[in-house]
Amino acid sequence: MTAPIICREDEVFVLNLGPQHPATHGVLRVKLTMDGEYVVKAEPVLGYIHRMHEKMAEDRTFAQFMPNTARMDYLHALAYNHGYVLAVERAAGIEVPERAEYIRVITVELNRLTSHLLWWSAFLLDLGGFSPLLYAFDDREQILDLLERVTGSRLTYCYFRFGGVYNDIDDDFITGTRNFIKRLRSRLPRFYHDLVTKNIILIKRLKDIGFVSKEQCRKYGATGPLLRGSGVQFDVRKNEPYSVYPEFDFDIPVYEEGDSMARYMVRMDEIEQSMRIIEQALDKLPDGPVRAKVPKILKPAAGDYYAAVEAARGSFGCRLVCNGGKSPYRLKLRSPTFSNLSLFGEVAEGMLLADALAFMGSLDLVIPEIDR
Amino acid sequence: MSEYWNDIFGGTKSLLVGLGITAREFFKPVVTEQYPWEVPVMMPRFRGHIELVKNGETGRPNCIVCGMCMRNCPSGCITLTGKKPEGEKKKVLTKYELDFTKCSLCGSCIEGCNFNAIQFSKDYNLASTRKEDYIFDLLKRLEEQS
Repeated sequence: MTAPIICREDEVFVLNLGPQHPATHGVLRVKLTMDGEYVVKAEPVLGYIHRMHEKMAEDRTFAQFMPNTARMDYLHALAYNHGYVLAVERAAGIEVPERAEYIRVITVELNRLTSHLLWWSAFLLDLGGFSPLLYAFDDREQILDLLERVTGSRLTYCYFRFGGVYNDIDDDFITGTRNFIKRLRSRLPRFYHDLVTKNIILIKRLKDIGFVSKEQCRKYGATGPLLRGSGVQFDVRKNEPYSVYPEFDFDIPVYEEGDSMARYMVRMDEIEQSMRIIEQALDKLPDGPVRAKVPKILKPAAGDYYAAVEAARGSFGCRLVCNGGKSPYRLKLRSPTFSNLSLFGEVAEGMLLADALAFMGSLDLVIPEIDR
Repeated sequence: MSEYWNDIFGGTKSLLVGLGITAREFFKPVVTEQYPWEVPVMMPRFRGHIELVKNGETGRPNCIVCGMCMRNCPSGCITLTGKKPEGEKKKVLTKYELDFTKCSLCGSCIEGCNFNAIQFSKDYNLASTRKEDYIFDLLKRLEEQS
């Protein structure tokens, strides 16, 4: 699979991939040592979009930090909202009304769909296919319209609040979501699987390329589709259930191969599973309030709290240390892409440059989340 | 050898399927919004920058200059001043400035307000090459609106 590299030291050269490069989808710089077209050494260089989110949390109140969470992973902002509110709710001992929990699940899963659709289109763009992007964006736009109707924004949502959500969903949203699921189900086989998944060029570009073993995943702490594509059945929604996820019947797609194609298939299957969760949540949606009574200024008891959620790229963790004050003493954010990118250097060694880029695309990197 | 022929047949099939889908979609109606000719309608909950709300009876802003919005703002983009005119009990707003360059449209100010004094506007097409254009004088804006 990986070609043996026989190179003389004076014949290698350094190639900078990024910080501005269309395939890295953000300001990521990878220092590649190349021998002709083969990668000898790949070294990701981070820090170009570091914004001190963790430090920012320390000088503002718990509620004031909410908008920051959406700016880390701008593609799955609601999961980040969810992780942070879960940690604060655990710290302050806030009970969330059941309807709010269901609304959280519905909106987070819709957001996961948008994230996977965007990954799909951008990944194929990296591989050189342009038209799939147009079909995926057509579908993604429908979800953005639905989410804009309830949250008021289209990308960097700030919809969750401690003890519930900002405001209730209406019947238009419910019927709109049901119609959308019907639409995506009818379009998936043709526009996604016939056009792309079964395409021989895609299969040749992805199959047996970028093999990541279980051991490598464990070593670097990789999570999400990357881990499930290597044959480990781990999903925070199932393994450490939070919110109302235990009430739904859904599967965790796992592929044993560990190559780029396996990761592609995991995400395609997750789209289907997310739709199943949304349908069940809409069926079971209870009536009631969407926001518990919570004091305006929170002062959780001193202690150490942790909450993890399954974001589109893996498990996102929030470790919150409180000292009884109005703002967090320390907030450590564990972002999945940072761990997922860490194994890039080891896996990319000996690959062709074009394959390394295909492998990088299959990791689904979101750079602001790596740097925070 | 059989793999060679499989690749050729498989490749031809993939090509035809792809071209078929593209050809069918080519004759479908346009789905994108033709922006300058078609103007989008903003959702009721759309978050534009904030604006002051006028009191229907007095014609003056609802704001009582309590400063909750200023304190709630995570980025410190709101500055407001007020004074108490002679003979009146309540403070009157004299200046309300929004530094939109720092605002992240989170709505903390609106949630903190107990007097229905601010709301999200529906402005979405803001563009300028000068930073000063984004320091909004909301009191002036309110006067211009009426």
